[in-house]
Amino acid sequence: MNFPNDLKYSEDHEWIRVEEGNIAYIGITDFAQGELGELVYVEVDTVDEELSQGDIFGTIEAVKTTSDLFIPVDGKILEFNPDLNEDEGDNPGLINEEPYGKGWIIKIEMSDPSQLDSLMDAEAYEASL
Amino acid sequence: MKNTPITDKHIALGAKMAEFAGYNMPIVYTTIQEEHQTVREGVGVFDVTHMGEFIVKGKEALDLVQWVTSNNASRLEIGQVQYSCFPNDKGGIVDDLLVYRLPEDKCAEGERAYLLVVNASNIDKDWDWINKHNKFDTSLENISDKTGLLAVQGPKAAEALQSLTDIDLKAMKYYTFEKGRFAGIDNVLVSATGYTGSGGFEIYADDKDLPAIWDAVFEAGADFGIKPIGLGARDTLRLEMGYCLYGNDINDETSPIEAGLGWITKTKNTDFISRDIFAQQRVDGITKKLVAFEVDGRRVPRHDYPIEDADGNEIGKVTSGTLSPSLGIPIGLGYVPKAFAAVDTEIFVSLGKKRLPAKVVKLPFYKV
Repeated sequence: MNFPNDLKYSEDHEWIRVEEGNIAYIGITDFAQGELGELVYVEVDTVDEELSQGDIFGTIEAVKTTSDLFIPVDGKILEFNPDLNEDEGDNPGLINEEPYGKGWIIKIEMSDPSQLDSLMDAEAYEASL
Repeated sequence: MKNTPITDKHIALGAKMAEFAGYNMPIVYTTIQEEHQTVREGVGVFDVTHMGEFIVKGKEALDLVQWVTSNNASRLEIGQVQYSCFPNDKGGIVDDLLVYRLPEDKCAEGERAYLLVVNASNIDKDWDWINKHNKFDTSLENISDKTGLLAVQGPKAAEALQSLTDIDLKAMKYYTFEKGRFAGIDNVLVSATGYTGSGGFEIYADDKDLPAIWDAVFEAGADFGIKPIGLGARDTLRLEMGYCLYGNDINDETSPIEAGLGWITKTKNTDFISRDIFAQQRVDGITKKLVAFEVDGRRVPRHDYPIEDADGNEIGKVTSGTLSPSLGIPIGLGYVPKAFAAVDTEIFVSLGKKRLPAKVVKLPFYKV
């Protein structure tokens, strides 16, 4: 399994990558996609909403199970990855193939970037598994 | 956690493993979608050694089997198999099972022998149940721990295995079995049964012989693209056919009549535990029924999600659900009041904050 060093990780198995300023991308970890198995559907119906750390921002369906997605920091949801979106790319398998790349799930504007300090680095996350 | 004789091989093949009914079992090797398709179109092999096996033998073996199971076991000839269930004494189901009428070469004059194949999660419960009800001149033996079982399933199963045995596999009728030499091992029970709807065989052998049989099956099947299949695809395959899974769709509280298993509940000609309850349900009609439904969209119905009517009243619960790999749509089973059980009835599956429109359909979901 792969846990890039430039990301921060939550206990709920989400990663966050700061792009520039307060803009960040969020997805699920390589570990999480492996545990869930083949993903068949992703739903994010919180675009444009302001959410708080730990809130549910979407739901992910694997063949065997359903899992909620939790936002790791406070912020406003700017975008749901169109490649995963049912109405556009409709390719949730990207999360299995490239969990940290093309399989990103949402883009957000963080309202309190200091919360990043409460998250784990790659080493701590890997040790937590 | 127990291992099967094949556990090491599953791990070496890179399977994702998980505990199921106390056994360390392979859930998926590659993807459920791919493994599902292998069984629908080619041939795949499941290690289902976790299943339980009991031998019933004696002068009154039939009387015991007839009393504890709902189907009419007296109709079984040697070499035939029957799907049945153990009713409890309150009209629920202790377990569902297969009943095999065995050859009588090891029987004394006047004795019969049956093999009962039960669900792994219920072995202890079933064993206690049939022993409690064994008031007959019949012995019982639990051979679960020394019996291995492979299910070789799919349209190419007969061709893939034929080089391993003199038994004419193609000629075998569904729900029959033969005992014979298989992969160089004597006394293997080859049964034309399965839990996938795609045909194939279930192969019972001594635990110690199972690794050699597994290897021989893969060697013989190589030209047919044979692959190992995990319990994940076993579930999607059975659900597309609408086969009940004990613990999900049937349990101690559900009646076989409600579950659509009236065809294995022979209340007319035989006497068995809870027969009168089921006969009365036939007369009075049942209040709820297990139905199959297809869901709009892509969200997947899961066990225990509420089922609602158009007004949002809860009318039942989902018992099984998945995204059908063959059809690409979400499918499920669940109990609803009889008024909602007709094909094409509109129902809804609740996800809490939203609900999914669904429609009652006929089984099977997928015609092989």
